[in-house]
Amino acid sequence: MNAHARTRAIAWPRRLVHVALIALALVFLVMFLVLPLATVFVEAFDQGVKPYLAAIVQPEALSAIRLTLLVAVIAVPLNLVFGVAAAWAMTRFAFRGKALLGAIIDLPFSVSPVVSGLVYVLLFGAQGWFGPWLDQHGIKIIFAVPGLVLATMFVTLPFVARELIPLMQAQGSEEEEAARVLGASAWQMFFRVTLPNIRWALLYGVLLCNARAMGEFGAVSVVSGHIRGLTTTMPLEVEMRYNEYDYVGAFAVASLLALLALLTLAVKTLLEWRYGDEIPRTRPVDTRKRHGT
Amino acid sequence: MALELSGLYRRFAGFQALDNVSLSIAPGEFLALLGPSGSGKTTLLRILAGLDYPDSGSALHQGEDFLATPARERRIGMVFQHYALFRHLTVIENIAFGLRVRPWRSRPSRTEIRARVDRLLRRVQLEGMGARYPAQLSGGQRQRVALARALAVEPDILLLDEPFGALDAQVRVTLRRWLRELHEELELTTIFVTHDQEEALELADRVAVMNNGRIEQVGSPEVIYQQPATPFVCEFIGKVNKFTVRSGGEGFSAGGWVLEDAPWHGRFTSAVAYVRPEQLRLAVPSSLPAWEARLRHIYLAGGVAHLDLHVASLDLAIEADVATEDLSRLGLQAGNVLRVAPRSAVLFPLDAQGTPVNAERWIWQARSPVPA
Repeated sequence: MNAHARTRAIAWPRRLVHVALIALALVFLVMFLVLPLATVFVEAFDQGVKPYLAAIVQPEALSAIRLTLLVAVIAVPLNLVFGVAAAWAMTRFAFRGKALLGAIIDLPFSVSPVVSGLVYVLLFGAQGWFGPWLDQHGIKIIFAVPGLVLATMFVTLPFVARELIPLMQAQGSEEEEAARVLGASAWQMFFRVTLPNIRWALLYGVLLCNARAMGEFGAVSVVSGHIRGLTTTMPLEVEMRYNEYDYVGAFAVASLLALLALLTLAVKTLLEWRYGDEIPRTRPVDTRKRHGT
Repeated sequence: MALELSGLYRRFAGFQALDNVSLSIAPGEFLALLGPSGSGKTTLLRILAGLDYPDSGSALHQGEDFLATPARERRIGMVFQHYALFRHLTVIENIAFGLRVRPWRSRPSRTEIRARVDRLLRRVQLEGMGARYPAQLSGGQRQRVALARALAVEPDILLLDEPFGALDAQVRVTLRRWLRELHEELELTTIFVTHDQEEALELADRVAVMNNGRIEQVGSPEVIYQQPATPFVCEFIGKVNKFTVRSGGEGFSAGGWVLEDAPWHGRFTSAVAYVRPEQLRLAVPSSLPAWEARLRHIYLAGGVAHLDLHVASLDLAIEADVATEDLSRLGLQAGNVLRVAPRSAVLFPLDAQGTPVNAERWIWQARSPVPA
């Protein structure tokens, strides 16, 4: 038997394994991801387009959408600023407690969102540490918009920083130093050198941060108080409608969240495909290639 | 003096990067900071660039306090080890960067910037490459872009950090010569850091040899090579044979080879001797003291042959260099036994603890140099 024939002989079982593995992965994907996602839309349009639209333009639904957008508009930019600052500190300076800072940035990933929501209730609630003081000054945080923003910010805190830290570590600070020696001010250095180098990773982080901010349920649920039209975000509105047996209404709002998820996925895929080498999580950054040494 | 550094100290966690460094740099000088990694040469360069600050010490530039001047006002051009080109900008934008970030009052006009960039592109022989990105250039081209970018701001002082470190051997030699010509043309004070002694000796007007944060010796390449001030400089610069000589009846000697007229007047009993491979005579007449050495191997390296010799009386392997064409003239073959003696040597006496006394260096020359 020549070598060629032998390869062909063992090729068959190998191909079989290939096909079987791919099929298995597909079945899982369909069952656990595609089917549920499809169900959302099927249920939402169960009674046709009109009830779907009616469910969305209800005042409570509209106010939930408005509130969700408001929370994201506040929380995401703040976390963007924090993420860039934290990544800068972690990659450009040596200081005591650096490892601790890294652990703290990751904390929201490891703490259950419900617990983080409870922490805010403990701090700012009526019986909380700052509760009496806040009450005296007429400031409402828990069961109000500020609480929702705080809880969302806590949960989405790591996204931007975690995207930037590995990239900025790999890129090093030589280009920034070069800019300084060439006479750039600190702002010029940041906007002309640092920001262009991290822009796609930053956008990617913001995207993930935004998706989580709009979709967050646990932490927000604890601090919200579920006041219809005032403190219910979209995920909370979905839950409340579902508990009231308003399936079309629940799935109609859920379909909007699902659309947001699909849009995020599309942009994320586009970014990975187009700027993959600048987004560290997707592909490890090859520093040697970058420096050409 | 263009630049006067005195008493610079810089300590990092766990080690002393600069340990009392003083140095005067003349306007238009081409100075090399030479030393092994960790010797403090890059730290010194970064301090001059304003990217780091000494713990103590001073730096004066034309009489003004250089350290108090912010990095952006020092009029310095720097070429980084890995060039640090802005990867998101084209070659033209890279070169123009230093001009574009100037405050509008001192910023040249758009057309003037363009004209200056074009001149620099011609100077570094990269015409037609202006629209490329750094990733589309070879290592040598990147280095020249980095140089053009540094020159665009018309600096008073040019700093180069291991400028040829990341290039392959052939490009390195070509760029070295080119850089030397450029320096002569621009008459710019240039300081470059290297760990490559050949590079430093070939390029620089003056070389400062650094070790453990201290400057061991500053001098012209000839002085550094022929009159090394410390054992470290002997061993770091070029190849060298090292052995110990002890005082006996007729003076200092080692294994049958004798040195007369030591200048130390009996204050020392032993010394460490350094002899360069090209400073060994291979056929010493029997009337003169010499070692019996067996030729173990001949390594041919183009025009030069490295001879691996073994001196039985010292039980020491030494290396001698001869021109390849002399091999047949002297009839050299592996296995030969030769009478070998140094033509010159650099000696440092050893004190009671066995530490070399640098201040008592003795450069010894054979009295009647007989051709090898």
